[in-house]
Amino acid sequence: MTVTETPAVARAVETTDKVLSHLHPEGAWEVEAHPVPGRKDEIWRFTPLKRLKELHADAPFQESATTCTWTAPEGVRVEGVDGEEAESLKGISGWVPNSRFAARVLAEVPSVLLVDVPAELEAAEPVMIDLTGTDASVTEAGRVALRFGRHSRAVVVLNHTGSASLAQVVEVEVGDGAQVTVVSLQDWADDAVHLTHHQALVGRDASYKHVAITFGGDVVRMDANVTYDGPGGEAELLGLYFADEGQHIEHRLFADHTAPRTKSNVVYKGALQGDGAHTVWIGNVLIRKVAEGIETFEENRNLVLTDGCRADSVPNLEIETGEIEGAGHASATARFDDQQLFYLRSRGISETEARRLVVHGFFGDLIRKVGVPALEERLQSTVESELERHLLSLG
Amino acid sequence: MSTLEIKDLHASVKTEDGPTEILKGVTLTIDGGETHAIMGPNGSGKSTLAYSIAGHPKYQITSGSVTLDGADVLAMSVDERARAGLFLAMQYPVEVPGVSVSNFLRTAKTAIDGEAPKLRTWVKDVNATMSRVQMDPTFAQRNVNEGFSGGEKKRHEIVQLELLNPKVAVLDETDSGLDIDALKIVSEGVNRFRAQEGKGVLLITHYTRILRYIQPDRVHVFVDGRIAESGGAELADELEANGYEKYTGAAV
Repeated sequence: MTVTETPAVARAVETTDKVLSHLHPEGAWEVEAHPVPGRKDEIWRFTPLKRLKELHADAPFQESATTCTWTAPEGVRVEGVDGEEAESLKGISGWVPNSRFAARVLAEVPSVLLVDVPAELEAAEPVMIDLTGTDASVTEAGRVALRFGRHSRAVVVLNHTGSASLAQVVEVEVGDGAQVTVVSLQDWADDAVHLTHHQALVGRDASYKHVAITFGGDVVRMDANVTYDGPGGEAELLGLYFADEGQHIEHRLFADHTAPRTKSNVVYKGALQGDGAHTVWIGNVLIRKVAEGIETFEENRNLVLTDGCRADSVPNLEIETGEIEGAGHASATARFDDQQLFYLRSRGISETEARRLVVHGFFGDLIRKVGVPALEERLQSTVESELERHLLSLG
Repeated sequence: MSTLEIKDLHASVKTEDGPTEILKGVTLTIDGGETHAIMGPNGSGKSTLAYSIAGHPKYQITSGSVTLDGADVLAMSVDERARAGLFLAMQYPVEVPGVSVSNFLRTAKTAIDGEAPKLRTWVKDVNATMSRVQMDPTFAQRNVNEGFSGGEKKRHEIVQLELLNPKVAVLDETDSGLDIDALKIVSEGVNRFRAQEGKGVLLITHYTRILRYIQPDRVHVFVDGRIAESGGAELADELEANGYEKYTGAAV
């Protein structure tokens, strides 16, 4: 694979005290404070707005056609809540909505799915939440709140399948010293549209792993953002995506280093195959003046398996303090490496099998990093079935 | 008993200025049980010969033939050649991220044999083969060639040679970059391979050093894309003493 490494800080943009850029528009609770986005807006320019069913604008949020079921280990409360409690969960991630759809979701959706992990609880099993869409012609919205108490340990998996047109906000509060993993799996049917914003507030000395896995859907656009509530917090943002013919998969990350000695580590890997497969990865990192002694690294790699695909990959690093431990990024988009294929084939392995090995290898390390054994096998077999769609017919 | 027969092989590589001919008529027959050494200066086309036999897409065969026991090698794909019994130990083995050595070896063995190896004996075989070349069994869990030292990569090639056990092995500068201990280990592996009945070896090297450990039956001096002279093992001694000047001078 041809790899182009950009040296750390080479693309860093020196900014002034005031942090106002296209990367992070100012938030507002009022819907009307957010104009309907258009192609000219930097943060929307990659997104095929016409295919969003107006979710980004003013699509009515209809009665949900998506069922929600879950299993949870003892001690963890999972419940759909509304009224005052739902109201009080707004902004638990320390966030004020910065897009029209997110502001609308918070303003208009009266209930929220709450996962409440009490302080010091060490959950034995992952919380598995299945969101199963039944009708993509219904435009709908959903709210999720994940609250992890101090020093708790838990894994939450949001598993999206079926057909839906969903605008969604997921807010996460990670208490001090907690160690948590949130996995969001977008294994939608081909006609699904999913516009989602995940916002996490990472407590002092807490560790937060967020894993985005996107295989299905017509258009999936996810913002996965993290800020820090105190020093010493760590965030690991992992992503794996596989875009087929005509699919648009967009992952936008924002690690906002709002506290000293915090860490962010971003690794996203994607594969593309088929005409019109389009992936977008935007990795934004902001190191604020107060965030001395932080470390950040972000990496995006794309493997283009066929002609006619497009992978956009844009790392952005803004640094406002000189006192950092380390900052860097890498981005590479490549086709199959002929040398790797030749090497494998020279050992008798067929071209199809060699390609399969290389793709599994490409994703393999990342899948192991997810660290949720219950998911590993499923991810491997999903990669396998994605491959069968195209690759295996090439050989 | 298998025979690799190369007849008047011409091969070229694409460059910005159009195709450049690198092999200019190579004729060579390796009978089963024989070890041939090909020696030549840098840039003489030795590695191109190795890659052309293995079917690397970078090289275009413009004329000539390569047959293995009469079968047309040039008509085969890269993996078909390997399954027909050819093996190329590479000068620069390739890293394959995320693919474990153990998975790679099992997949290759399954492809070559046409059936999966018996699990219990296979693990034993892999461990035994690795320990013979002094590779720690933990290498089986590592990604193919990733982070291996030069010597470890070469020993991994020999592990593959022994496990896949082809009819004819082409070793492309397997000795380059090895210290003397590693050179001995690698040579012993090659010698174990050729101690079997009817195995052919084409040993491509720049230096005579490895020929102290692997006795060739024939030595060919390779200059400017063809064989300039052939002889017995004694030819290597002559090259050791006099170098390639006699040939490179004549080639100009």
